[in-house]
Amino acid sequence: MSKEWPLWEVFIRGQHGLNHRHVGSLHAPDAEMAILNARDVYTRRNEGVSIWVVPSAQITASSPSEKGPLFEPSNSKVYRHPTFFDIPDEVGHM
Amino acid sequence: MYAQVVKSEGSKTRDEMTPEELAFQDRIDRGEKIEPKEWMPEGYRKTLIRQIGQHAHSEIVGQLPEGNWITRAPTLERKAILLAKVQDEAGHGLYLYSAAETLGVSRDELMELLHAGKMKYSSIFNYPTLTWADMGAVGWLVDGAAIMNQVPLQRTSYGPYSRAMIRICKEESFHQRQGYAIMMKMAQGTPAQKRMAQDALNRLWYPSLMMFGPSDKDSVHSAQSMAWKIKMNTNDELRQKFVDQTVPQAEYLGLTVPDPDLKWNEEKGGYDFSEPDWSEFYDVLAGNGPCNKDRLGARVKAWEDGAWFRDALVVHAEKAAARRAVAAE
Ligand SMILES: [Fe+2]
Ligand SMILES: [Fe+2]
Repeated sequence: MSKEWPLWEVFIRGQHGLNHRHVGSLHAPDAEMAILNARDVYTRRNEGVSIWVVPSAQITASSPSEKGPLFEPSNSKVYRHPTFFDIPDEVGHM
Repeated sequence: MYAQVVKSEGSKTRDEMTPEELAFQDRIDRGEKIEPKEWMPEGYRKTLIRQIGQHAHSEIVGQLPEGNWITRAPTLERKAILLAKVQDEAGHGLYLYSAAETLGVSRDELMELLHAGKMKYSSIFNYPTLTWADMGAVGWLVDGAAIMNQVPLQRTSYGPYSRAMIRICKEESFHQRQGYAIMMKMAQGTPAQKRMAQDALNRLWYPSLMMFGPSDKDSVHSAQSMAWKIKMNTNDELRQKFVDQTVPQAEYLGLTVPDPDLKWNEEKGGYDFSEPDWSEFYDVLAGNGPCNKDRLGARVKAWEDGAWFRDALVVHAEKAAARRAVAAE
């Protein structure tokens, strides 16, 4: 078996100026081909105006088993949400 | 369906499950998504590789019967539409191979299993497409049946599979509608065109019903897959839904579904209909359908003939990387 093309993660920014968003992955021999393949695989219906490709091997992910301790600090800080504070109706919209 | 007979690994009662397996099943029952690096039972992983792999192979092999008509489409517009449809199917195959790869199998491994006859694709693609009307019937019936199965799979428990299904479902409706539009044109055309449309329906009706897999009473692997939410409905449920949806569409075309026993059943609120010939189904799965050898042969040839090109691109990429490294020194 010959060598398999490396895997790339594909990120696309849609029409409306939002962030690039992960849309999936694909195989390609190099970055230039990855962009061309991503155009064909992930933007056949005008889904994007910009493409990023990143070698999958370069992605470092947080570990699912550490989900608890990793995100715990934000769980206890409910006051970060505006709904934590009761503002009387008379004050009007805030 | 696109994955018609997927052997499922083991089925355990709650008493037999380890604490890890129990926690896993609870997550699925709560509707949580399972993501690639998270713990999962080996059987879940293996069954998913089989199912997603089979699904991916079906998308890829499924390009062949329609690809057969691209050069002979009746107008340039029809040709462009069919090309776009077949290209979508290539995309569907790629989304699904990537989903399978998150489970620790490589795309090339899956390809080689297909080429060695060790993995299957849907039986429907082993039937020939004899006339242009078949392009209509395939879009209408085959993509129609695929949609039936894929819509509920958007809610499947495995995150990457679910996301691939969501992308695919967005594109399928175009497939079915372009097929039905061809059928309308043919059915409302000359008597000869209408006969072609009827003939396509006659030949593809039962093979389309087979796409949902064996009857529930013979479907041995369903229970575990349903508990794991990698199968959302039983084969017979989906087949019934498909018949109920399709019969009025055939009536609109003025075509006759080739089943003398087809009858509306008021009580169950659905049609009674004849089962396909299951011995034919198993025979096609075993490799003896009218086109099995052609289809697999075409895939193997494409893979082998393209090897030098894939390799050349790798060598080119490596040389370019080496040149960049030198330049950066
Ligand atoms: Fe598809
Ligand atoms: Fe399709």
